[in-house]
Amino acid sequence: MSVSEKEPILSAKNRKTFKQPLNETNPLTIQVLGICSALAVTSQLKPSLVMGIAVTTVIVFSNLTVSVIRNLIPNKIRIIVEMTVVATMVILVDQILKAYAYEVSKQLSIFVGLIITNCIVLGRLEAFALGNKPIPSIFDGLGNGLGYAFVLAIVGFCRELFGSGKILGFQVVPQSLYDAGYLNNGLMMLAPGAFIILGLFIWVQRTLNGYVEED
Amino acid sequence: MELLNLAINSIFVSNILLASFLGMCSFLAISKRISASIGMGAAVVFVLTITAPVSWLMNEYILKEGALVWLGDSFKNVDLSFMTYIFFIAVIAAMVQLVEMIVEKFSPALYTALGIFLPLITVNCAILGVALFMVERKYTFAQTTVFGFSSGLGYFLAIVTMAAIRKKIRYSNVVPALRGLGITMILTGLLAMAFMIFSGIQL
Repeated sequence: MSVSEKEPILSAKNRKTFKQPLNETNPLTIQVLGICSALAVTSQLKPSLVMGIAVTTVIVFSNLTVSVIRNLIPNKIRIIVEMTVVATMVILVDQILKAYAYEVSKQLSIFVGLIITNCIVLGRLEAFALGNKPIPSIFDGLGNGLGYAFVLAIVGFCRELFGSGKILGFQVVPQSLYDAGYLNNGLMMLAPGAFIILGLFIWVQRTLNGYVEED
Repeated sequence: MELLNLAINSIFVSNILLASFLGMCSFLAISKRISASIGMGAAVVFVLTITAPVSWLMNEYILKEGALVWLGDSFKNVDLSFMTYIFFIAVIAAMVQLVEMIVEKFSPALYTALGIFLPLITVNCAILGVALFMVERKYTFAQTTVFGFSSGLGYFLAIVTMAAIRKKIRYSNVVPALRGLGITMILTGLLAMAFMIFSGIQL
């Protein structure tokens, strides 16, 4: 047992690994990874939440698995090994969703399968799990997964609220407002709405944390 | 006629990038330069035209329920569809590698033109997405081939258009916090809106 293995689970370093991707290095809005699925599933809040949880689960367990076997993987075929690990996790998540949340899994359609090619997962495996111990890897996966889920939830919330006046399927915009001439914004349910909401979200977030990207 | 309709539909109306959001990562990363975006677009068209039919064959003769019946009657009830993801991603990775080797051998000029974009395509969601859509929508072999090719074409169109727009926007004074990703997302939204006017076109 080396000294570093004895460090407490909630040490400052682990907490930092967990917290950073929530805002400063958010996988979606700062590192620009995994945008595809973030847009496709967010027309309602519920599928966005389920997708966030599914991706977090896949990242955490693939990070853990790859980190455990990181010294056994030959460098040349590491991508194939990582892909196999991720694909296995995704199949597990897909089967569980089909068994316990069939409606949502129908709604997510092919996007559960597309977690395999979600760049966040492969990106974290390459950048973190291959060079770190299992426990920090779990925290890294959890942080990145939740950072992703957080953005998904906000985009899903805005699109469902403005697009159909509902939250999680419950009507929240009162009927009196409709009588006064308020209309649901149909554009929010369509593709352009997703792009624009995410664009605006990035604007707000970057104004708050002062991150500027130069071409 | 039906195939032409499918082609028009997947290039313009349900554009793989602007309507189904597939392949966004590479779209955002590579649309900074026009020449690079042309290379990436061409590589996607190329790979999709090959992988879509191959995945169809895999699904039809190996993965689907009862697909293994050509091995004998005892395989009639075998259903391997839970293996779809792992099979498809392996096929795509292998095909990309194969295409790379063939192109390198027979057309070095094309190989240099496509450059690093070929290997990057393995992790492009558009490729796996097309294969999975094809299974979900139960396309025939001919339909799958047309769908693969025209989806690639739609991607090509979108990424080159975006690169051209981004080239122009470099001379504009964008709000600092919106520079880069933010303004690109909003532009993509407007582009998607423009593509939506094609909906309802039938031949």
